[in-house]
Parts: sequence; C-alpha cells; structure tokens
Amino acid sequence: MNFEHFLTAATPFNLCLALFGVAAGTIVGSIPGLTATMALAVLVPITFSMDPASALILLGAIYTGALYGGAYAAILLNTPGTPSAIATTFDGYPMAKKGDGDLAVALACFASVCGGLIGAFALLLLAPPLSKVALAFGPVEYFWLSVFGLSLIASLSTGNLMKGLAGGAFGMILSTVGVAEISADIRLTFGSQTLISGFGVVGTLIGLYCIPVLIDLVAVPDRHLKVEKDVKSVRIGEAFGLAMRSKFNLVRSSIIGTLVGILPGAGGSVAGLVAYSEVKRGAKPHQKFGEGEPDGIMAVESANNATVGGGFIPTLVLGIPGTPPDAIVLGALLVQGVRTGPTMFQQSGSIVYTFIYGLIIATIMMLPAGLLIGRYAYKSIVTIPKAVLVPAVGFMTIIGTFAIRNSISDVVIMLCLGLFGWVVARFGFAASPIVLGLILGPIAEQGFVQGWTIGAATNNLTGMFFGRPISQGIIAFTLITLVLPVFMAKRRAKAAGGTAQ
Amino acid sequence: MLRRTILKAGAAMALVTSLATVASAELSGPVNYIIPFGPGGESDISARLQQPFFKEKFGQDLVVSYQPGGGGAVGWASLNGLSSDGQTIMGVNLPHIVIKPAQKDVGFTTDELNTFYMFHFTPDALVVTADSPYQTLEDLVADAKANPGQVTISGSGKASANHLAQIKFDKMTGAMTTYVPFKGTGAAVTALLGKQVKAEWGYTTVGAAQGDAVRLLAVAMEERHPLFPDVPTFKELGYDMVGGAYRGIALPNTASEETTKMWSDMIGEVNADEAFRQKMLDAGFALLDVDAAGMEAFMAERKEEYLKDAREAGLIK
Repeated sequence: MNFEHFLTAATPFNLCLALFGVAAGTIVGSIPGLTATMALAVLVPITFSMDPASALILLGAIYTGALYGGAYAAILLNTPGTPSAIATTFDGYPMAKKGDGDLAVALACFASVCGGLIGAFALLLLAPPLSKVALAFGPVEYFWLSVFGLSLIASLSTGNLMKGLAGGAFGMILSTVGVAEISADIRLTFGSQTLISGFGVVGTLIGLYCIPVLIDLVAVPDRHLKVEKDVKSVRIGEAFGLAMRSKFNLVRSSIIGTLVGILPGAGGSVAGLVAYSEVKRGAKPHQKFGEGEPDGIMAVESANNATVGGGFIPTLVLGIPGTPPDAIVLGALLVQGVRTGPTMFQQSGSIVYTFIYGLIIATIMMLPAGLLIGRYAYKSIVTIPKAVLVPAVGFMTIIGTFAIRNSISDVVIMLCLGLFGWVVARFGFAASPIVLGLILGPIAEQGFVQGWTIGAATNNLTGMFFGRPISQGIIAFTLITLVLPVFMAKRRAKAAGGTAQ
Repeated sequence: MLRRTILKAGAAMALVTSLATVASAELSGPVNYIIPFGPGGESDISARLQQPFFKEKFGQDLVVSYQPGGGGAVGWASLNGLSSDGQTIMGVNLPHIVIKPAQKDVGFTTDELNTFYMFHFTPDALVVTADSPYQTLEDLVADAKANPGQVTISGSGKASANHLAQIKFDKMTGAMTTYVPFKGTGAAVTALLGKQVKAEWGYTTVGAAQGDAVRLLAVAMEERHPLFPDVPTFKELGYDMVGGAYRGIALPNTASEETTKMWSDMIGEVNADEAFRQKMLDAGFALLDVDAAGMEAFMAERKEEYLKDAREAGLIK
C-alpha cells in the first residue's frame, strides 16, 4: 500500500496506457456483441513482452472502460452494450428520447468514475476481509439472490406485473435450452444441433433490444432522438450538479456494486438491477423512474463499474475469478508466475499494488476520455441520418452476434428473437424481464440443485433453505420488494377514496 | 489445391524471412487457438502458458479465443467445419470428448476429431480445507462409511472427470459420498473454501493455486507430484486410481497429413522445453507426450476405460 507503488503506477508510459485502455475499452463496450472478455483475451500475449504491472494496468483499464461504454448504446439505442448496462436502458433511453441524451451520457460518466473509484479503493484497503463475503455465499444464497433478482421484475414492470412475470418465466425457459450447465443433460433442443448451444445472453440481448429499435426507426418517420438545440457539448456542468445532489445514491449504489461484484458469478447486470431497485424504492414523489430519471442512470452505472474492483477481490485474494474478464487477468498473472491467494499481497505486493493503483488511475482517466468520447457518440447518433444509422447499427448487430462464437446460427436466432421481441412488445411485454429470466434462471437452478443435494444428503432440507442467516436476510428483502408496492398501492387507493368522500 | 495454397504461402513466407525454420515456414500468420470453454479454467491456463514459448520458437502468436457452450460440445461440433490451413486449432479434453457423444448426439463423435497432440493432464486429487478434520484419506473414508451419504464432495460438472473419480473411488472403498456438481473448478473450490461441502474432487492444480488454504489427501498419479512431495498417491494407500482430465489440441479433420505432422512436432517441441515444463509443474499440471503417431492407440485405450466407467456408473446406456 506504499506510496512508491503509486509512483511506479504513475509513470508517463503507464498513464498513456491507462488512457489508451480506457478509450479502447469504452469503444469496445459501446458496441453490442464486442465484450471486454474478447478484447482482453486477444491482448494477453502483450503482457508477456511488457513489464507485468504495465500490462495489467492496460488490461484493467480496458475492462473498466468497457463497462462504462456499455451505457452509450443503452442510452442512445435502448440496447445494452454489455449485459451490465441492462438497467441503464430503463431511464437512459427515455432521457435520450426527451432530448437529454447528452446529459445522460455525462451522468453515466460521472457515476461510472465514482463507482469505479469506490470499488477500487475497497480492493486496495479491504480486500482480505471482504473476500470472506464470497465464501459466505453458498448454493442456497445464490438461489435466493436470483429469486430476489427475479422479484425485481415485479418492481420494474409498473402496472404490468403479470406480463412482467410471464416475460421472466419465458426467459427462464429459454435459459434451460441446450446442455444444462451442471447436470450436462441436453434439454429442449427438439433434436436440433443448433439449439444445443442454447440462447447466449449477449445474442439474446442484441436481438430483443436492438432489433425492435431498428424496426421502429424504419416504421416511423420521426427523428431517432429529439434534439432541441444545436449540439455543442455534453452538458457537463449540469450533470455534475445532478451528481453532487445524488451523493448518497452514488455511494450506496457503489457499495452495492462492490459487494455484488465480490460474489463470483453474479456480475454487473445483477449489481445494476439491485442498485436500481434500491434507488427506486426510496423514490421521492417528483421522481418518475422509467420515464427518464437521472438517479436511475446514476445508480446503475455506479454499481456496475464498482463490480470491477469488487470482482478483483476474490480473484486476487482467493484465486477465484468473479467474472470472465477477471479470469483472464488471473491467467495473465499465473503466466507471470504470480501466485494468487491470501499471501499474494505480501509476496507479490509490488505487482498487485501497482495494478490496483493503475486501476484507480485508469478510472480517473475515464472522466476526460469518457466525456469526450461520449460527446462524439451522442453527436454522431443524433446527427447521422436514419438512412445511414439503421444499416450501420443493423450491420453491427450481426457482426457483434457472429463474433461471440463465430456462429451463423447465433445470428439467425438473434434475428428471430428480435422479431419476436418486436411483436410481443406491441402487447406490452418488455425485453428486460425476459433477459432477466435468462440471466438469473441458471443461477437459481444451479443453486437449487446444489442446495437440495447437500440438504438431502445431510437430512436438513428446511435448515438448508430457510435456516441460514444470509438466506433469511435475502428472503426478507424479497418479501419487502414483492409486498411493498401492493401495500403502497392499497394505501394510496384508500387515501384517494378518503378524499373522494 | 489446398496444399498448394499452403505451400505457396509457405514459399512467400520463406522469401520474406530467410530466418524462418522449416516448420514455421508453413504458418502464414497468427494462429487462432480456440478454447471451447470460458476463461480461467485449466484449459485456458495451460494454453496461456504455451503462448510465450510458441511465439519464441516459431515466431507466430497463438491468439486464444473462447467459445464456451454445452460443456465444450459446441466448439467441437464446429471444429471440422473450420478452415484446415493449419491457422486454426482447438483445445480438446478427455473424458469430455468421449463421454459427451456417448450420451447423446452432440454433433461430433470422438473418432471424428483430429487430435494431434495430448500435452498434459491434471491428475485427480481429493482436496479438503487446511482446517478440515480429515487429516488423511482414511479419515474421510471412515467418516463416509460411518455416515453414508453425509460426506458431501463438490466437483466440476456431471459426467466429468471429477464425477467419474468420485464414482470410482466410492466403488473401490465401499464408502458412500454425495457428489455436488458445480459449474467449473473455480465454483467447486469456492464451495469447499466456504465450507459448503466437506471435500472437493479436484486436481493437483487446485493444490497449486490454493497453497496453504487447502490440503490434498491423495493424488491419482503413478508417482508423487514433484510440487507435493508429502502427498501420497492413491496407489500407495492401496487404491488403484491413476488418471484425471487429459488435454490436447486438435485440427479440423480436413487438414493435410503434413499440417497435422507439423503441428504435432511444434507442440512436441514446446512440451520438450525445460522452462515450459517447469512452469507447468509449478502450476500443478503433469506433462504428457502423445503425438499424432501415437494418438490412435492412446485414444482407444482411454475411450475403453471411460466408457466402461461411465456405463457402470449409469451415466450412459
């Protein structure tokens, strides 16, 4: 934790690398289908010829930039560039529709930097104790966490609970298609080779979110986004003011993101959703979530960037990667001969601390880089004529889906899902519950099967599922999420009835 | 026709760089090395360890990419449709490539895969936490016999190397343990460290990665692993268990014999490098040298054993 590691990290060369990494990551993250995992996998070999600390700073910078970049497509095209940005679409796209896309992009940047810094400082100062969180979470806790995640559908689908739940259930069914993750059974493929690979999250995301937007763009004559005045710059001052007013929200969401990031397998999408539902729960009367509320964007973007630091905690302390990009960094460390584990902070301290300081520097670099790139991203999306925008984005969806595993059938599945998503959206079924079901279904299933196996073996099924303190806490939260909106609605109805009399 | 293209490319390369060796003359650029799993697993780590040595010896980058899906099946089913010019290779894993097609039609068969080199294996190991009451293998066996089914053991996947090891071990000892499948070794180890289960069926690599946090009760090798001189083999303790998960590399089966031979020689050369061997051993792997010429016999033997085990365990019909 010495200052000297900071100086090692802050050489001009490393600063350039951090800046370049953040910029490259932002661009990669903004294109749906291109993921941080892909970018890192290709770049690992350069860590062999480079000084390990510099190389790691570059990898960390790309990762953190990609999580922020995911917000661009979410805000401007209603398509999460990365799964982590799913909840960014809830308020980001409505804001952009209203003509505040530039403000939304700047808000996302401030929030991402804040979340990234809090996550990185947690990694720097509290890694060993916080890593215990990862171990305290057993199969049953993951099961309840995903049930909690699914219960958020209730709070997200305002006034449309049944349709939201139906979408969630449909997503869970989609998630069971193909080879089951842990039981290795082949399910619901109807003998088709194509379906064995199942429905990938990224491909489904692109199909369900992006294709309907493209269809609508072609179907209606209006401009894509409303523009009131000439675009000069992203509204930095205004965004900064809003961010300062939401200090509490930013800090709370960042802490949520850090904690969820520590759980291997949960990831940025869950972090963003939990933070979003928390900020929505405490909504003030004038705040209209889902219709372009700045606090919604800030909650999600700070939480998902906080998972970067959070995710490196189990990676570095326990040698257990939290996310695929963490796993790649772990692999790069192993090749360098760095032994991860509890003793790593002493034995390989110089590399580790230089890396953490590098991550902090990269996060700070994201402020200028993100605002600048955000400005161009916004400008180009609003000024490009539709006749160019639609084919360009359409082309990117196909390339992005194909790139995931070089599969044409993935592209066909993506297009079919897109058409399906557009049709069901006419009947009030949103994409988010379906994608939530797809992401959380496997986590719930694995946790349930494992919890049941262990509980049955030890003759303690009830204790296994309901007797553990963390599980009880999550169950309580789930109940609050489910019951509170109903209760509030009743009370409001009563109050309204009272005034009428 | 295809061969001619390769030769032309090779000739062009030789003109450009007179220093090119015979083998690398046929590689026309960076090699796409597909791992049909996500990052962070044993397949990924060993590929990462190969990268710098391959680059140093043959001047070309091995570019690792991940195509997870169906426990590897998605990647292997696509392999034979890929370009056979020697610029694309894919990792293969035993017992996966034997068990999967035997369970159901997954789009490939074991014999269709053009595996040209098996370069290492991760020996099975029974792992407990450092503060576990099981000091020796016998402690665990005794507990499992006294409390049938109560000893829970995590492992990576079902019908996998870990699962087969559990079934085999239970049968040998007459004990009854409960196998809890997780998604990948990382998750199985997390469950062990978090005390969700009492032991883990893993590999020697788990011992290398976790260091003092865990204790290996035994390893399934002929002789002790150099990294763990104090850990007995199952054989020493009276159980005839030698094996684990074997990993190699395959080309599309349309690749010419020359290309296959070239690759077999190149990977063999990397495997012979002392520094590479040391890195692999330090990470807990055990090296293996089965080249293209010896592959048929090796596969036949492995296949017979896995299918027998899986059939007895009721995993396949």
